[in-house]
Amino acid sequence: MVNLLMNRAIKIILLSCFLVIAQYSNAQNKINGKKIYETRCLVCHQSDGGGVPNMNPPLDGATNVNGKDIARLVKIIRNGYDERIALDGMYYNNAMAANPDLKEDAIADVLTYIRTSWSNKAGVVTTSQVKAALLKNKAAKK
Amino acid sequence: MKKQIQLLSIAFLAFSLPVLAQDNAGLKLPEGFKANLYANNIGGARHIAITKSGVIFAKLNNPNKEGNSIVRLEDANNDGVADKINGWAKYGGTGIFVKGNSLYASSNEAIFKYELNSKDEVVNPLAPVTIVSGLIDRRQHNSKSITFDMANNIYVNIGAYSNACQEKDRMPGSQGMMPCPILDSAGGIWKFDGSKENQTYKDGKRYGTGLRNVIGLDWNTNSNQLYVAQHGRDQLNSFYPNLYSDAQNAEIPAETFYEIKEGDNAGWPYVYYDPSQHKKIVSPEYGGDSKKEGSSEFKEPAVAFPAHMAPMAVLFYTGNQFPAKYKNGAFISFHGSWNRAPLPQEGFFVAFVPFKDGKAIGEWEIFANGFAGTENGAKIANPSKAKARPCGLAQGPDGSIFVSDDTKGAIFKISYSK
Repeated sequence: MVNLLMNRAIKIILLSCFLVIAQYSNAQNKINGKKIYETRCLVCHQSDGGGVPNMNPPLDGATNVNGKDIARLVKIIRNGYDERIALDGMYYNNAMAANPDLKEDAIADVLTYIRTSWSNKAGVVTTSQVKAALLKNKAAKK
Repeated sequence: MKKQIQLLSIAFLAFSLPVLAQDNAGLKLPEGFKANLYANNIGGARHIAITKSGVIFAKLNNPNKEGNSIVRLEDANNDGVADKINGWAKYGGTGIFVKGNSLYASSNEAIFKYELNSKDEVVNPLAPVTIVSGLIDRRQHNSKSITFDMANNIYVNIGAYSNACQEKDRMPGSQGMMPCPILDSAGGIWKFDGSKENQTYKDGKRYGTGLRNVIGLDWNTNSNQLYVAQHGRDQLNSFYPNLYSDAQNAEIPAETFYEIKEGDNAGWPYVYYDPSQHKKIVSPEYGGDSKKEGSSEFKEPAVAFPAHMAPMAVLFYTGNQFPAKYKNGAFISFHGSWNRAPLPQEGFFVAFVPFKDGKAIGEWEIFANGFAGTENGAKIANPSKAKARPCGLAQGPDGSIFVSDDTKGAIFKISYSK
Protein backbone atom coordinates (compact mmCIF):
# COMPACT_ATOMS: atom_id res chain seq x y z
CA MET A 1 0.00 0.00 0.00
CA VAL A 2 2.78 2.34 1.00
CA ASN A 3 4.65 1.25 -2.08
CA LEU A 4 1.67 1.97 -4.26
CA LEU A 5 1.34 5.48 -2.78
CA MET A 6 5.07 6.07 -3.23
CA ASN A 7 4.78 4.93 -6.81
CA ARG A 8 1.94 7.34 -7.45
CA ALA A 9 3.77 10.19 -5.75
CA ILE A 10 6.85 9.56 -7.87
CA LYS A 11 4.71 9.48 -11.01
CA ILE A 12 3.07 12.76 -10.05
CA ILE A 13 6.42 14.37 -9.26
CA LEU A 14 7.90 13.14 -12.54
CA LEU A 15 4.88 14.38 -14.49
CA SER A 16 4.99 17.82 -12.90
CA CYS A 17 8.74 18.01 -13.55
CA PHE A 18 8.05 17.15 -17.15
CA LEU A 19 5.32 19.81 -17.38
CA VAL A 20 7.56 22.43 -15.76
CA ILE A 21 10.40 21.54 -18.13
CA ALA A 22 8.05 21.58 -21.12
CA GLN A 23 6.71 24.97 -20.11
CA TYR A 24 10.20 26.24 -19.44
CA SER A 25 11.39 25.07 -22.84
CA ASN A 26 8.29 26.63 -24.49
CA ALA A 27 9.19 29.89 -22.80
CA GLN A 28 12.77 29.48 -24.02
CA ASN A 29 11.51 28.79 -27.54
CA LYS A 30 9.41 31.93 -27.41
CA ILE A 31 12.36 34.01 -26.19
CA ASN A 32 14.51 32.65 -29.00
CA GLY A 33 11.66 33.19 -31.48
CA LYS A 34 11.35 36.81 -30.33
CA LYS A 35 15.05 37.39 -31.05
CA ILE A 36 14.65 35.99 -34.56
CA TYR A 37 11.50 38.07 -35.05
CA GLU A 38 13.28 41.24 -34.00
CA THR A 39 16.22 40.77 -36.36
CA ARG A 40 14.36 39.43 -39.42
CA CYS A 41 10.64 40.17 -39.28
CA LEU A 42 9.99 43.27 -37.18
CA VAL A 43 11.16 45.81 -39.76
CA CYS A 44 8.25 44.95 -42.08
CA HIS A 45 5.67 43.26 -39.84
CA GLN A 46 6.32 45.82 -37.03
CA SER A 47 6.81 45.41 -33.29
CA ASP A 48 3.09 44.88 -32.66
CA GLY A 49 2.68 42.40 -35.53
CA GLY A 50 0.32 44.89 -37.16
CA GLY A 51 2.09 45.02 -40.54
CA VAL A 52 1.98 48.10 -42.78
CA PRO A 53 -1.23 48.98 -44.69
CA ASN A 54 -1.09 48.02 -48.40
CA MET A 55 2.52 46.83 -48.09
CA ASN A 56 3.29 44.21 -45.45
CA PRO A 57 0.49 41.98 -44.11
CA PRO A 58 -0.31 41.90 -40.38
CA LEU A 59 0.53 38.78 -38.37
CA ASP A 60 -1.46 39.79 -35.28
CA GLY A 61 -4.99 38.44 -35.64
CA ALA A 62 -4.40 37.21 -39.21
CA THR A 63 -6.59 34.18 -39.92
CA ASN A 64 -3.98 32.19 -41.84
CA VAL A 65 -1.23 32.86 -39.27
CA ASN A 66 -3.52 31.42 -36.61
CA GLY A 67 -4.82 28.67 -38.90
CA LYS A 68 -4.00 24.98 -39.25
CA ASP A 69 -1.83 25.15 -42.40
CA ILE A 70 1.58 25.15 -40.71
CA ALA A 71 3.22 23.91 -43.94
CA ARG A 72 2.27 27.12 -45.76
CA LEU A 73 3.70 29.30 -42.98
CA VAL A 74 6.94 27.29 -42.98
CA LYS A 75 7.16 27.59 -46.77
CA ILE A 76 6.75 31.40 -46.67
CA ILE A 77 9.44 31.78 -44.00
CA ARG A 78 11.90 29.50 -45.84
CA ASN A 79 11.30 30.60 -49.45
CA GLY A 80 10.00 34.14 -49.06
CA TYR A 81 6.92 35.41 -50.86
CA ASP A 82 6.69 37.52 -54.00
CA GLU A 83 3.03 37.75 -54.96
CA ARG A 84 0.23 40.13 -54.12
CA ILE A 85 -1.34 38.69 -51.00
CA ALA A 86 -5.02 38.93 -50.11
CA LEU A 87 -5.63 38.64 -46.39
CA ASP A 88 -8.82 39.29 -44.44
CA GLY A 89 -10.21 41.59 -47.13
CA MET A 90 -7.05 43.67 -47.68
CA TYR A 91 -4.22 43.46 -50.22
CA TYR A 92 -0.47 43.65 -49.56
CA ASN A 93 2.18 44.24 -52.21
CA ASN A 94 5.74 44.04 -50.88
CA ALA A 95 8.01 41.08 -51.52
CA MET A 96 9.31 39.11 -48.53
CA ALA A 97 12.89 37.85 -48.54
CA ALA A 98 13.63 34.11 -48.19
CA ASN A 99 15.33 32.74 -45.06
CA PRO A 100 17.23 29.72 -46.44
CA ASP A 101 19.63 29.73 -43.47
CA LEU A 102 16.94 29.37 -40.78
CA LYS A 103 17.10 25.84 -39.30
CA GLU A 104 14.00 23.80 -38.41
CA ASP A 105 14.17 24.62 -34.71
CA ALA A 106 14.58 28.34 -35.43
CA ILE A 107 11.55 28.32 -37.75
CA ALA A 108 9.58 26.52 -35.02
CA ASP A 109 10.68 29.14 -32.46
CA VAL A 110 9.78 32.15 -34.57
CA LEU A 111 6.42 30.61 -35.53
CA THR A 112 5.78 29.87 -31.85
CA TYR A 113 6.54 33.49 -31.01
CA ILE A 114 4.28 34.80 -33.81
CA ARG A 115 1.41 32.43 -33.03
CA THR A 116 1.42 33.13 -29.27
CA SER A 117 2.11 36.90 -29.24
CA TRP A 118 -0.14 39.98 -29.31
CA SER A 119 -3.72 38.70 -29.62
CA ASN A 120 -2.65 35.42 -31.22
CA LYS A 121 -3.41 32.24 -29.27
CA ALA A 122 -2.83 29.59 -31.93
CA GLY A 123 -0.20 27.85 -29.85
CA VAL A 124 3.23 26.29 -30.13
CA VAL A 125 4.83 24.98 -33.33
CA THR A 126 7.31 22.16 -32.74
CA THR A 127 10.51 21.33 -34.62
CA SER A 128 8.98 18.02 -35.74
CA GLN A 129 5.98 19.88 -37.17
CA VAL A 130 8.40 22.10 -39.14
CA LYS A 131 10.34 19.03 -40.36
CA ALA A 132 7.09 17.40 -41.48
CA ALA A 133 6.05 20.63 -43.21
CA LEU A 134 9.36 20.88 -45.08
CA LEU A 135 9.00 17.25 -46.24
CA LYS A 136 5.41 17.95 -47.32
CA ASN A 137 6.50 21.08 -49.22
CA LYS A 138 9.33 19.14 -50.86
CA ALA A 139 6.94 16.38 -51.94
CA ALA A 140 4.48 18.94 -53.34
CA LYS A 141 7.29 20.53 -55.37
CA LYS A 142 8.12 17.22 -57.12
CA MET B 1 -36.75 78.66 -13.97
CA LYS B 2 -37.32 78.90 -17.71
CA LYS B 3 -35.16 81.98 -17.82
CA GLN B 4 -32.47 80.20 -15.88
CA ILE B 5 -32.48 77.33 -18.37
CA GLN B 6 -32.33 79.82 -21.21
CA LEU B 7 -29.41 81.59 -19.59
CA LEU B 8 -27.74 78.29 -18.93
CA SER B 9 -28.12 77.17 -22.51
CA ILE B 10 -26.82 80.51 -23.80
CA ALA B 11 -23.85 80.15 -21.48
CA PHE B 12 -23.41 76.60 -22.65
CA LEU B 13 -23.54 77.65 -26.32
CA ALA B 14 -21.17 80.53 -25.74
CA PHE B 15 -18.80 78.14 -24.04
CA SER B 16 -19.10 75.25 -26.47
CA LEU B 17 -19.01 77.10 -29.80
CA PRO B 18 -15.46 78.36 -29.49
CA VAL B 19 -14.44 74.93 -28.21
CA LEU B 20 -15.91 73.31 -31.31
CA ALA B 21 -14.32 75.91 -33.55
CA GLN B 22 -10.95 75.33 -31.90
CA ASP B 23 -11.23 71.58 -32.39
CA ASN B 24 -9.99 71.90 -35.99
CA ALA B 25 -10.94 68.28 -36.73
CA GLY B 26 -8.14 67.27 -34.36
CA LEU B 27 -5.42 69.08 -36.33
CA LYS B 28 -2.74 71.37 -35.00
CA LEU B 29 -2.30 74.41 -37.24
CA PRO B 30 -0.45 77.74 -37.25
CA GLU B 31 -2.17 80.81 -35.73
CA GLY B 32 -5.18 81.98 -37.72
CA PHE B 33 -5.78 78.72 -39.57
CA LYS B 34 -8.78 76.51 -38.98
CA ALA B 35 -9.73 73.05 -40.21
CA ASN B 36 -12.87 70.97 -40.50
CA LEU B 37 -13.84 67.56 -41.81
CA TYR B 38 -15.12 68.17 -45.35
CA ALA B 39 -15.94 64.47 -45.77
CA ASN B 40 -15.25 61.18 -44.01
CA ASN B 41 -15.28 57.43 -44.72
CA ILE B 42 -15.42 57.83 -48.51
CA GLY B 43 -12.81 55.04 -48.95
CA GLY B 44 -8.99 55.30 -49.01
CA ALA B 45 -8.55 58.61 -50.86
CA ARG B 46 -5.21 58.95 -52.64
CA HIS B 47 -4.90 62.10 -54.74
CA ILE B 48 -7.62 64.75 -55.05
CA ALA B 49 -8.34 67.38 -57.70
CA ILE B 50 -10.63 70.42 -57.61
CA THR B 51 -12.52 72.16 -60.41
CA LYS B 52 -12.87 75.96 -60.75
CA SER B 53 -16.33 75.74 -59.16
CA GLY B 54 -14.97 73.80 -56.16
CA VAL B 55 -16.13 70.26 -56.99
CA ILE B 56 -13.64 67.71 -55.61
CA PHE B 57 -12.72 64.44 -57.29
CA ALA B 58 -10.93 61.83 -55.16
CA LYS B 59 -9.10 58.81 -56.59
CA LEU B 60 -9.43 55.80 -54.31
CA ASN B 61 -6.79 53.13 -53.76
CA ASN B 62 -9.45 50.44 -54.17
CA PRO B 63 -13.20 50.57 -54.83
CA ASN B 64 -15.12 51.67 -51.70
CA LYS B 65 -18.10 49.85 -50.17
CA GLU B 66 -20.36 51.29 -52.88
CA GLY B 67 -17.99 49.77 -55.45
CA ASN B 68 -16.65 53.12 -56.72
CA SER B 69 -13.02 54.11 -57.08
CA ILE B 70 -13.51 57.74 -58.14
CA VAL B 71 -15.66 59.89 -55.85
CA ARG B 72 -17.19 63.26 -56.74
CA LEU B 73 -17.84 65.58 -53.77
CA GLU B 74 -19.71 68.87 -53.80
CA ASP B 75 -20.47 71.37 -51.05
CA ALA B 76 -23.69 72.69 -52.60
CA ASN B 77 -24.85 74.73 -49.55
CA ASN B 78 -21.35 76.14 -49.03
CA ASP B 79 -21.02 75.25 -45.35
CA GLY B 80 -17.59 73.69 -45.74
CA VAL B 81 -18.89 70.11 -45.68
CA ALA B 82 -19.58 67.97 -48.76
CA ASP B 83 -23.30 67.33 -49.12
CA LYS B 84 -23.50 65.74 -52.59
CA ILE B 85 -21.32 62.65 -52.86
CA ASN B 86 -21.37 60.04 -55.61
CA GLY B 87 -18.91 57.99 -57.59
CA TRP B 88 -18.05 55.54 -60.35
CA ALA B 89 -15.17 53.46 -61.82
CA LYS B 90 -13.93 50.05 -60.72
CA TYR B 91 -10.14 50.47 -60.96
CA GLY B 92 -7.97 51.37 -57.98
CA GLY B 93 -5.19 53.91 -58.37
CA THR B 94 -3.70 57.18 -57.18
CA GLY B 95 -3.55 59.92 -59.81
CA ILE B 96 -6.26 62.48 -60.55
CA PHE B 97 -6.04 65.88 -62.26
CA VAL B 98 -8.47 68.50 -63.56
CA LYS B 99 -7.33 70.29 -66.72
CA GLY B 100 -9.90 72.63 -68.26
CA ASN B 101 -13.04 70.60 -68.95
CA SER B 102 -11.19 67.30 -68.67
CA LEU B 103 -10.69 65.02 -65.71
CA TYR B 104 -7.70 62.67 -65.84
CA ALA B 105 -7.43 59.63 -63.54
CA SER B 106 -4.87 56.84 -63.33
CA SER B 107 -5.01 53.15 -62.51
CA ASN B 108 -1.73 51.47 -61.60
CA GLU B 109 -0.94 50.96 -65.29
CA ALA B 110 -2.94 53.46 -67.35
CA ILE B 111 -4.23 57.04 -67.57
CA PHE B 112 -7.83 57.78 -68.56
CA LYS B 113 -9.59 61.00 -69.54
CA TYR B 114 -13.20 61.99 -68.77
CA GLU B 115 -15.18 65.00 -69.96
CA LEU B 116 -16.87 67.43 -67.55
CA ASN B 117 -20.06 69.36 -68.34
CA SER B 118 -20.84 72.92 -67.20
CA LYS B 119 -21.88 71.62 -63.75
CA ASP B 120 -18.58 69.73 -63.39
CA GLU B 121 -20.37 66.42 -63.76
CA VAL B 122 -18.65 63.63 -65.66
CA VAL B 123 -20.33 63.05 -69.02
CA ASN B 124 -18.75 59.68 -69.85
CA PRO B 125 -18.13 57.81 -66.57
CA LEU B 126 -18.29 54.39 -68.19
CA ALA B 127 -16.45 55.27 -71.39
CA PRO B 128 -13.29 57.25 -70.67
CA VAL B 129 -10.67 57.84 -73.35
CA THR B 130 -7.44 55.91 -72.76
CA ILE B 131 -4.54 58.36 -72.93
CA VAL B 132 -1.72 56.04 -71.85
CA SER B 133 -1.69 52.31 -71.09
CA GLY B 134 0.78 49.47 -70.55
CA LEU B 135 2.80 51.20 -67.79
CA ILE B 136 4.70 48.80 -65.58
CA ASP B 137 2.83 47.55 -62.49
CA ARG B 138 4.79 44.98 -60.54
CA ARG B 139 2.97 45.73 -57.28
CA GLN B 140 5.76 47.48 -55.43
CA HIS B 141 5.70 51.29 -55.99
CA ASN B 142 2.98 50.97 -58.61
CA SER B 143 1.11 54.28 -58.04
CA LYS B 144 0.94 56.35 -61.22
CA SER B 145 0.74 59.94 -59.97
CA ILE B 146 0.11 62.56 -62.63
CA THR B 147 0.54 66.29 -63.18
CA PHE B 148 0.57 68.69 -66.14
CA ASP B 149 2.85 71.48 -67.28
CA MET B 150 1.49 74.78 -68.59
CA ALA B 151 1.28 73.35 -72.10
CA ASN B 152 -0.69 70.12 -72.38
CA ASN B 153 1.97 67.59 -71.40
CA ILE B 154 1.27 65.00 -68.75
CA TYR B 155 3.99 63.80 -66.37
CA VAL B 156 3.59 60.41 -64.74
CA ASN B 157 5.67 58.66 -62.13
CA ILE B 158 6.61 55.05 -62.88
CA GLY B 159 8.05 53.77 -59.60
CA ALA B 160 10.86 51.19 -59.45
CA TYR B 161 9.51 47.75 -58.56
CA SER B 162 12.40 47.28 -56.16
CA ASN B 163 13.95 48.72 -53.01
CA ALA B 164 17.59 49.05 -54.09
CA CYS B 165 17.82 47.22 -57.46
CA GLN B 166 19.38 44.16 -55.84
CA GLU B 167 19.60 40.92 -57.83
CA LYS B 168 17.07 39.60 -55.31
CA ASP B 169 14.84 42.38 -53.98
CA ARG B 170 15.12 42.94 -50.21
CA MET B 171 17.36 39.89 -49.76
CA PRO B 172 20.16 40.57 -47.26
CA GLY B 173 23.56 40.37 -49.00
CA SER B 174 22.18 40.44 -52.55
CA GLN B 175 24.25 42.82 -54.73
CA GLY B 176 22.98 45.76 -56.74
CA MET B 177 22.61 45.12 -60.49
CA MET B 178 24.97 47.20 -62.67
CA PRO B 179 23.62 48.96 -64.59
CA CYS B 180 20.21 48.79 -62.94
CA PRO B 181 17.95 47.24 -65.64
CA ILE B 182 14.79 48.63 -64.05
CA LEU B 183 15.60 52.19 -65.12
CA ASP B 184 14.71 51.65 -68.80
CA SER B 185 11.00 51.43 -68.03
CA ALA B 186 10.59 52.52 -64.39
CA GLY B 187 12.32 54.47 -61.62
CA GLY B 188 11.58 57.84 -63.22
CA ILE B 189 9.12 60.37 -64.58
CA TRP B 190 7.72 59.90 -68.09
CA LYS B 191 6.23 62.66 -70.24
CA PHE B 192 3.25 62.11 -72.57
CA ASP B 193 1.00 64.28 -74.73
CA GLY B 194 -2.12 65.01 -72.67
CA SER B 195 -4.39 65.14 -75.70
CA LYS B 196 -3.22 62.07 -77.64
CA GLU B 197 -5.07 58.77 -77.26
CA ASN B 198 -3.67 55.27 -76.77
CA GLN B 199 -0.05 56.11 -76.04
CA THR B 200 2.44 53.76 -74.44
CA TYR B 201 6.19 53.80 -73.64
CA LYS B 202 7.26 54.34 -77.27
CA ASP B 203 5.11 57.50 -77.52
CA GLY B 204 6.43 58.99 -74.27
CA LYS B 205 9.78 60.27 -73.14
CA ARG B 206 11.74 59.51 -69.99
CA TYR B 207 11.87 63.03 -68.54
CA GLY B 208 13.80 62.35 -65.33
CA THR B 209 15.41 59.17 -63.98
CA GLY B 210 17.08 57.70 -60.90
CA LEU B 211 13.91 58.28 -58.88
CA ARG B 212 12.99 55.22 -56.82
CA ASN B 213 9.37 56.11 -56.21
CA VAL B 214 7.68 59.47 -56.57
CA ILE B 215 4.08 59.76 -55.42
CA GLY B 216 4.00 63.54 -54.93
CA LEU B 217 4.71 65.74 -57.92
CA ASP B 218 3.51 69.16 -59.07
CA TRP B 219 4.34 71.73 -61.69
CA ASN B 220 5.62 74.98 -60.21
CA THR B 221 3.82 77.46 -62.45
CA ASN B 222 5.84 80.31 -60.95
CA SER B 223 9.22 78.95 -62.09
CA ASN B 224 7.79 76.69 -64.84
CA GLN B 225 9.52 73.57 -63.48
CA LEU B 226 8.54 70.09 -62.37
CA TYR B 227 9.05 69.29 -58.68
CA VAL B 228 8.96 65.76 -57.31
CA ALA B 229 9.28 64.20 -53.85
CA GLN B 230 11.02 60.83 -53.68
CA HIS B 231 10.53 57.95 -51.26
CA GLY B 232 14.08 56.98 -50.27
CA ARG B 233 15.27 53.39 -49.98
CA ASP B 234 14.52 51.19 -46.95
CA GLN B 235 16.30 48.80 -44.61
CA LEU B 236 19.94 49.95 -44.47
CA ASN B 237 20.17 48.55 -40.92
CA SER B 238 18.57 45.20 -41.63
CA PHE B 239 20.79 44.51 -44.67
CA TYR B 240 24.01 46.10 -43.36
CA PRO B 241 23.91 46.03 -39.54
CA ASN B 242 27.70 46.46 -39.44
CA LEU B 243 27.41 49.80 -41.31
CA TYR B 244 24.13 51.22 -39.97
CA SER B 245 22.58 51.03 -36.49
CA ASP B 246 18.81 51.03 -35.98
CA ALA B 247 19.09 54.67 -34.86
CA GLN B 248 21.04 55.62 -38.01
CA ASN B 249 18.57 53.81 -40.27
CA ALA B 250 15.78 55.83 -38.68
CA GLU B 251 17.45 59.04 -39.99
CA ILE B 252 19.04 57.83 -43.27
CA PRO B 253 18.39 58.28 -46.13
CA ALA B 254 16.58 61.60 -46.44
CA GLU B 255 13.26 61.81 -48.23
CA THR B 256 14.26 64.16 -51.04
CA PHE B 257 12.46 66.95 -52.88
CA TYR B 258 13.88 67.76 -56.34
CA GLU B 259 13.45 70.31 -59.06
CA ILE B 260 13.57 68.09 -62.15
CA LYS B 261 14.65 69.40 -65.55
CA GLU B 262 14.54 67.20 -68.63
CA GLY B 263 17.33 64.60 -68.47
CA ASP B 264 18.02 64.93 -64.73
CA ASN B 265 19.15 61.86 -62.80
CA ALA B 266 18.56 61.71 -59.05
CA GLY B 267 20.87 58.70 -58.64
CA TRP B 268 18.72 55.80 -57.40
CA PRO B 269 19.80 53.01 -56.90
CA TYR B 270 23.48 53.97 -56.97
CA VAL B 271 23.36 56.68 -54.29
CA TYR B 272 21.15 57.92 -51.47
CA TYR B 273 21.14 61.27 -49.69
CA ASP B 274 22.53 61.39 -46.15
CA PRO B 275 20.98 64.42 -44.41
CA SER B 276 23.57 64.54 -41.61
CA GLN B 277 26.57 64.57 -43.98
CA HIS B 278 24.67 66.67 -46.57
CA LYS B 279 26.04 64.33 -49.23
CA LYS B 280 25.04 61.78 -51.82
CA ILE B 281 26.48 58.52 -50.50
CA VAL B 282 27.16 55.36 -52.52
CA SER B 283 24.59 52.63 -51.71
CA PRO B 284 26.07 49.63 -49.87
CA GLU B 285 24.67 47.33 -52.59
CA TYR B 286 27.03 49.20 -54.97
CA GLY B 287 30.13 49.09 -52.81
CA GLY B 288 29.33 51.93 -50.41
CA ASP B 289 30.56 51.98 -46.82
CA SER B 290 28.16 54.67 -45.46
CA LYS B 291 30.81 57.39 -46.13
CA LYS B 292 31.99 57.04 -49.75
CA GLU B 293 30.58 59.94 -51.78
CA GLY B 294 28.63 59.29 -54.98
CA SER B 295 29.08 60.83 -58.42
CA SER B 296 28.46 64.56 -58.81
CA GLU B 297 26.46 63.88 -61.99
CA PHE B 298 23.48 63.06 -59.74
CA LYS B 299 21.00 65.79 -58.83
CA GLU B 300 21.20 67.68 -55.52
CA PRO B 301 17.90 67.79 -53.65
CA ALA B 302 16.18 71.15 -53.20
CA VAL B 303 15.12 70.04 -49.71
CA ALA B 304 16.07 66.98 -47.63
CA PHE B 305 13.37 65.77 -45.23
CA PRO B 306 13.81 63.23 -42.42
CA ALA B 307 13.97 59.60 -43.49
CA HIS B 308 11.09 57.22 -44.28
CA MET B 309 8.22 59.68 -43.74
CA ALA B 310 6.82 58.99 -47.24
CA PRO B 311 5.93 62.20 -49.14
CA MET B 312 2.58 61.61 -50.88
CA ALA B 313 1.65 64.87 -52.63
CA VAL B 314 3.15 68.23 -53.56
CA LEU B 315 1.00 71.37 -53.92
CA PHE B 316 2.38 74.74 -54.97
CA TYR B 317 0.15 77.32 -53.32
CA THR B 318 -1.07 79.96 -55.77
CA GLY B 319 -4.02 81.25 -53.72
CA ASN B 320 -4.51 84.59 -52.00
CA GLN B 321 -6.31 83.45 -48.85
CA PHE B 322 -3.23 82.38 -46.83
CA PRO B 323 -0.65 84.91 -45.54
CA ALA B 324 1.92 86.17 -48.08
CA LYS B 325 4.71 83.80 -47.03
CA TYR B 326 2.75 80.83 -48.38
CA LYS B 327 2.38 82.25 -51.90
CA ASN B 328 4.18 80.06 -54.46
CA GLY B 329 5.59 77.85 -51.69
CA ALA B 330 5.11 74.08 -51.59
CA PHE B 331 2.93 72.03 -49.27
CA ILE B 332 4.02 68.40 -48.99
CA SER B 333 1.93 65.69 -47.31
CA PHE B 334 3.67 62.91 -45.39
CA HIS B 335 2.02 59.52 -45.02
CA GLY B 336 4.07 58.53 -41.93
CA SER B 337 6.89 56.04 -41.73
CA TRP B 338 7.15 52.29 -41.15
CA ASN B 339 10.88 51.74 -41.65
CA ARG B 340 11.93 53.69 -38.56
CA ALA B 341 11.03 50.57 -36.51
CA PRO B 342 12.13 49.58 -33.91
CA LEU B 343 12.16 53.35 -33.21
CA PRO B 344 8.78 55.14 -33.06
CA GLN B 345 7.27 56.20 -36.38
CA GLU B 346 7.28 59.79 -37.66
CA GLY B 347 5.46 61.87 -40.24
CA PHE B 348 1.65 61.90 -40.48
CA PHE B 349 1.70 65.66 -41.19
CA VAL B 350 1.65 68.27 -43.93
CA ALA B 351 4.89 70.27 -44.29
CA PHE B 352 5.48 73.64 -45.90
CA VAL B 353 8.55 74.69 -47.91
CA PRO B 354 8.87 78.45 -48.46
CA PHE B 355 9.93 79.57 -51.98
CA LYS B 356 11.38 82.82 -53.24
CA ASP B 357 11.98 83.69 -56.89
CA GLY B 358 11.14 80.11 -57.89
CA LYS B 359 13.63 78.47 -55.49
CA ALA B 360 13.15 76.71 -52.16
CA ILE B 361 14.55 78.87 -49.38
CA GLY B 362 15.16 78.51 -45.68
CA GLU B 363 13.88 75.81 -43.40
CA TRP B 364 10.84 73.68 -44.07
CA GLU B 365 8.26 73.59 -41.31
CA ILE B 366 5.37 71.42 -40.13
CA PHE B 367 2.16 73.12 -41.29
CA ALA B 368 -0.61 70.74 -40.20
CA ASN B 369 -0.08 67.98 -37.66
CA GLY B 370 -2.20 65.60 -35.59
CA PHE B 371 -3.58 63.39 -38.39
CA ALA B 372 -2.44 60.25 -36.51
CA GLY B 373 -4.94 61.19 -33.79
CA THR B 374 -2.86 60.16 -30.79
CA GLU B 375 -3.32 61.74 -27.34
CA ASN B 376 -1.12 64.84 -26.97
CA GLY B 377 0.77 63.96 -30.14
CA ALA B 378 2.17 60.73 -28.63
CA LYS B 379 4.37 58.69 -30.92
CA ILE B 380 3.04 55.52 -32.51
CA ALA B 381 4.88 52.27 -33.16
CA ASN B 382 3.00 51.25 -36.27
CA PRO B 383 1.47 53.31 -39.11
CA SER B 384 -1.63 51.07 -39.05
CA LYS B 385 -2.47 52.70 -35.70
CA ALA B 386 -2.76 56.18 -37.27
CA LYS B 387 -6.36 57.44 -37.40
CA ALA B 388 -5.63 59.25 -40.67
CA ARG B 389 -2.62 59.27 -43.00
CA PRO B 390 -2.20 62.43 -45.12
CA CYS B 391 -2.11 61.70 -48.83
CA GLY B 392 -3.64 63.99 -51.50
CA LEU B 393 -3.46 67.79 -51.53
CA ALA B 394 -5.47 70.29 -53.57
CA GLN B 395 -6.27 73.99 -53.53
CA GLY B 396 -9.88 75.19 -53.64
CA PRO B 397 -11.06 78.18 -55.69
CA ASP B 398 -11.22 80.37 -52.55
CA GLY B 399 -7.62 79.53 -51.61
CA SER B 400 -8.42 76.97 -48.89
CA ILE B 401 -6.50 73.71 -49.14
CA PHE B 402 -7.79 70.16 -48.84
CA VAL B 403 -5.93 67.12 -47.48
CA SER B 404 -7.13 63.57 -48.14
CA ASP B 405 -6.52 60.50 -46.00
CA ASP B 406 -6.11 57.06 -47.57
CA THR B 407 -7.04 54.92 -44.58
CA LYS B 408 -10.80 55.35 -44.11
CA GLY B 409 -11.07 58.31 -46.43
CA ALA B 410 -11.37 61.61 -44.60
CA ILE B 411 -10.99 64.93 -46.41
CA PHE B 412 -9.86 67.88 -44.28
CA LYS B 413 -10.47 71.48 -45.32
CA ILE B 414 -7.92 74.02 -44.05
CA SER B 415 -8.67 77.75 -44.27
CA TYR B 416 -7.22 81.00 -42.97
CA SER B 417 -8.86 84.12 -41.65
CA LYS B 418 -7.31 87.08 -39.85
